[in-house]
Amino acid sequence: MTAPAVPVGPVEPLQPLQPSRLPWLRGRGGEGVLRLNPTLVIGLSLLVVIVLAGVLAPVLSPWDPVAQDLTASLQPPGNGHLLGTDQLGRDVFTRLLYAARVDLRVGALAVLFPFIIGTTLGLLAGWFGGWFDLVLMRVVDMVVAFPSFVLIIALVFALGQGTASIYIAITLVGWVAYARIVRGEVLVAKEQEYALAARASGLPTWRILLRHLLPNVLLQAFVFAMSDVVLSILAIVTLGYLGLGVPPPTPDWGSMISEGQNFVFTKWYLTAVPGLAVVVTGLALALVADGVVQRSGRR
Amino acid sequence: MSTLVDGPLRQPRSTPVTGTPLLELHDVDVEIPLPHGRLHAVRGVSLTAYAGQALGLVGESGSGKSLTLRAAMDLLPSPAVITGGSVVVAGTDVTGMRPAQRREHISSAMAMIFQDALTALNPTMRIGDQVAEVPRQRLGMSRSAARARALDLLVQVGIRDPEQRYRAFPHELSGGMRQRVCIAIALSAEPGLILADEPTTALDVTIQKQVLDVLGRLRRDDGVGLVLVTHDLAVVSSTCSELDVMYGGRVVEEGLTEVLLSAPRHPYTAALLRSVPDPDAPVHRLLTIPGAPPDLLQPIEGCAFAPRCPAVVDRCRTERPPLASLGGPHASACWRAHEPERWPGAVGEAALEGVLR
Repeated sequence: MTAPAVPVGPVEPLQPLQPSRLPWLRGRGGEGVLRLNPTLVIGLSLLVVIVLAGVLAPVLSPWDPVAQDLTASLQPPGNGHLLGTDQLGRDVFTRLLYAARVDLRVGALAVLFPFIIGTTLGLLAGWFGGWFDLVLMRVVDMVVAFPSFVLIIALVFALGQGTASIYIAITLVGWVAYARIVRGEVLVAKEQEYALAARASGLPTWRILLRHLLPNVLLQAFVFAMSDVVLSILAIVTLGYLGLGVPPPTPDWGSMISEGQNFVFTKWYLTAVPGLAVVVTGLALALVADGVVQRSGRR
Repeated sequence: MSTLVDGPLRQPRSTPVTGTPLLELHDVDVEIPLPHGRLHAVRGVSLTAYAGQALGLVGESGSGKSLTLRAAMDLLPSPAVITGGSVVVAGTDVTGMRPAQRREHISSAMAMIFQDALTALNPTMRIGDQVAEVPRQRLGMSRSAARARALDLLVQVGIRDPEQRYRAFPHELSGGMRQRVCIAIALSAEPGLILADEPTTALDVTIQKQVLDVLGRLRRDDGVGLVLVTHDLAVVSSTCSELDVMYGGRVVEEGLTEVLLSAPRHPYTAALLRSVPDPDAPVHRLLTIPGAPPDLLQPIEGCAFAPRCPAVVDRCRTERPPLASLGGPHASACWRAHEPERWPGAVGEAALEGVLR
């Protein structure tokens, strides 16, 4: 095939090119690498503040989060303790900051494993179908049939207290959502013409799956992951409240709320402030998810 | 055959066809199992395509033309399946092959381009990488060789500044550009035959012409064969040398394009020609074919077109006419194919003029 160049009509001017590979991180209109929208900016800013608060905890506070001072228990805010002290005389503000480290890390990791496992299985089930799809989806149905919190609590109870148990329990329960989402997206995407074209051109299956389908089905899973981080933090908070969470004295928002509940009428801020921290984190992640969807131009 | 041709000939005759056909369908049936029955969408279609030849496949929506193409390419949408007949690609019957082997064999001989070039391109990959993918992954070229090949192909389909365009994403290109890229991708596997499913339907008329010119040039200069599915008779008359007309899942008439368009020997072809709008007609009333296409869920007794046919006789309703040769490559599946002058509302020259303009 050595045909000469075909003469063509007028060539329209080139639009600026963008380096990012994933279209939903690249934005729709396409000017600039990071064309942000207000939703995304606010969400990311909040998230950065929360992460920095955790990372810079030792700099922001002179107190030790676990050092007890029973002579100074249940101090009101002020007097060197920005948010007062808890019943063991520990600085509440300091514990709040250190708890951000624990909760964000556990929340992120507890989403990462189900995300990877569920996405992989959903991709394979959606593409290949057949008995694998059938068996996998029945397993998914079985897991979904249980209330997820009850299942997680039961699993953690069986596995024993500790962060490792929390990861395992949340992964065992959480992957089903990703598998379902990705499988559904693959069922749509594999009948799209680009997937047909990839099949028609005889490319190896792994290549079609990784290069042509995966990047196009990830958005939904990503959006769910953002809200799933919040759910995971809530699960950790709930487990902490039930005494099955992060073992004391390591601070996390759930155990702080749990410990503060005895004083909810006199020292309401002991429960309200960590509760607020959970809400703000959830809000930040939800805004990030919304912002990414807006940028992708879908929905 | 040329004695039948009395309209202006736009189409240079296809290069003399020799050798093994690249694609042969023999009595192919495609059925779609549905909750309320089996939809028999393609009913014993046979066709043959050679390198260097442009074959048109026309018919209205639901006539089975796209599914025929998909069946040939082994890309039937689930749950449609081939239930009869055989598909022979480059001389080898692929019907009994294992899926991986069949895919390998088909994709080395044929490539496909689709109607909507935007959805036919992966939105998450640069177009250059998409063109270079088959040379790199399947033909075993080095990264730089594949890139050079892709740039070459982009030039070949008429994309200027290929170096710059290489890094563009599909949404940054116009519709015509995207279809050119799709053609470049199809060519990257060095196929002998391109199957095109309504490749110009989504494009405006000037861009249509440019894209068809690219395909025509490939056929003339490189001998790449083309099977073009379309419902646009103007596109067929300017592009295809041979034509198969489909109705109700069957080929009802086949032959040289100029013959079929000037002297159709099946009432359905004649009716299609009459329903092409004529810009010079004093009264702008679009002629339509009365009635509706057949219900493909039901077995069809007799000729599928009989309920809508102006030339229908009793025999048409009970006995299905076979696709019978009228001499040369021309064949028609009509009991009254030998007496078109006696059909009511016989096709005049006006219809042809309208198409060829």
